[in-house]
Amino acid sequence: MKNNRTARKGKVAKLSYGDLTVRGLSFLYIGLMIVLPIAAITAASFKGGPGHLWKQILQPQALSSLKLTFLLALVMVVINVITGTATAWVLVRYRFPFKNTINALVDIPFAIPTLVTGMMLVVLYGPRSVLGIFLQNHGIEVIYNKPGIILALLFVTFPFVVRSIQPVLMEMEKDMEEAALTLGASKRQSFFRVVLPTLLPSILTGAALSFSRALGEFGSIVVVAGNIPFKTQVSAVYIYGEVESENLQGALGSAVVLLAFSLLTLVILNLIQRWSSKYD
Amino acid sequence: MIEVKHYGQKKVGQWIITGLVLAWFFVLVFFPLFGIVKETIAYGLKAFIASLISPASLHAFWLTLLLTVVAVVLNTILGVVMAIMFARHHFKGKLLLETVLDLPFAVSPVVAGVMLIILFGPNGWIGNWFESMNIKIIYALPGMMLATIFVTIPFVTREILPVLREFGREQEEAASTLGASGWQTFWRVTLPSIKWALAYGITLTIARSIGEFGAVLVVSASIINKTQTATLLIHDQFTDFNYAGAFSAALVLAIVSFIIITVIQFVYKKKEKGLHNA
Repeated sequence: MKNNRTARKGKVAKLSYGDLTVRGLSFLYIGLMIVLPIAAITAASFKGGPGHLWKQILQPQALSSLKLTFLLALVMVVINVITGTATAWVLVRYRFPFKNTINALVDIPFAIPTLVTGMMLVVLYGPRSVLGIFLQNHGIEVIYNKPGIILALLFVTFPFVVRSIQPVLMEMEKDMEEAALTLGASKRQSFFRVVLPTLLPSILTGAALSFSRALGEFGSIVVVAGNIPFKTQVSAVYIYGEVESENLQGALGSAVVLLAFSLLTLVILNLIQRWSSKYD
Repeated sequence: MIEVKHYGQKKVGQWIITGLVLAWFFVLVFFPLFGIVKETIAYGLKAFIASLISPASLHAFWLTLLLTVVAVVLNTILGVVMAIMFARHHFKGKLLLETVLDLPFAVSPVVAGVMLIILFGPNGWIGNWFESMNIKIIYALPGMMLATIFVTIPFVTREILPVLREFGREQEEAASTLGASGWQTFWRVTLPSIKWALAYGITLTIARSIGEFGAVLVVSASIINKTQTATLLIHDQFTDFNYAGAFSAALVLAIVSFIIITVIQFVYKKKEKGLHNA
């Protein structure tokens, strides 16, 4: 930290006291609040050696909830990419009544506590509601089963895809599409060859963000899922259960896997950003 | 002739897509919101007020407020400091550090709680030391503060950073050439230019702090009148089949969220405008 260059215009300047304070505080905060907890959990999980950690991860109940978590997150992402792209498209390109209101309400899932989200779904689709009873009579169990979890995930991640595509779509001039149309491309061709490739980075960003959020989601799921081991128990709920029963070591395997995927998501998001800024 | 037909087709397709999107939006977002209002009304106004002014629920809301204030104050001050560093300083590994800053958004709240237990729990690297001083962090207020702070760290920095980068350094340099001190430059030049982005970041921090559940649950023992926040209270009542209480408190949080989202929208528009005029 001592010999730092404020590299602008090649000048070698000493950091002022103000700069030093800013740098010191930032390093301290990130170090203490983010790096240290991650170092601690990594160290704790490797304490018994990698073999032991591997065994924790492969423990049947832990593994089954990890599998369920990834599967449901994947289903959610597929649905969300389609509906999110369509929503962004409609909000940018078309005109309809109450468009501004709807646009504002897209962010609602970010503001509503996830626990409340779960309760809302229980009220709407639960065994006590008209809709829930109707669905149950037709053999569809939403609450305390997988569809409920997917609905919860869809709700909490809904804004991610919409909000990452919207600005790109707004910036994208219609010129290119129109050029394609003038040159004889069909509407379908212009969408798949011109529009979609331009939107791809932002669609992927939205997908990565929602996937990562879904892997860690807890509040909405814990109410909705019923949390039956080997059936409707996701990883975050499994980890919580282990912590509650004072088996912190048992929670670490799944926690490390989730943490690794969080890191991976950040790396992927960085790569997407770099890749897309090449085309700017 | 062909032109007209083409136009008509486009219109129909447009309306179908718009209709589908709106239908999806209503089923996914709007119906559940409506459901919770209906559920609370069904229990009556009396039950609503009675459950809100019970000592346990007053204490829970008070605790949520306290945690929110602590997280907002700390993450606003340090968020601005970190943003200034990322925008104005140049050093090796800055990009990596910026990625690290985003981690609290990517980490599961439950995992965040586990990390804090390992670090600050009675046997943890830091908790050990506090334990010897007889200070409890995990399953007590400090741990809940840490959890709330952790999950909201990146908001302020993430919102200010693009504005600081766009705004550039010229005006700040001009101010200091004209004899302004570092503080003066910050208060008179830098802060006014980032104020809307800052407000946006703070609003997001508030929303998340109020609603945080997983991380706080793991590090608290959810003891009534002691370590029970509003979301923890709702969860307890909900699992105890005390639906009137749970939904009353949930409706209050939902209304607060609704107000926050309105503020967010307002601030966001200001911020966007500011960004384009800068």
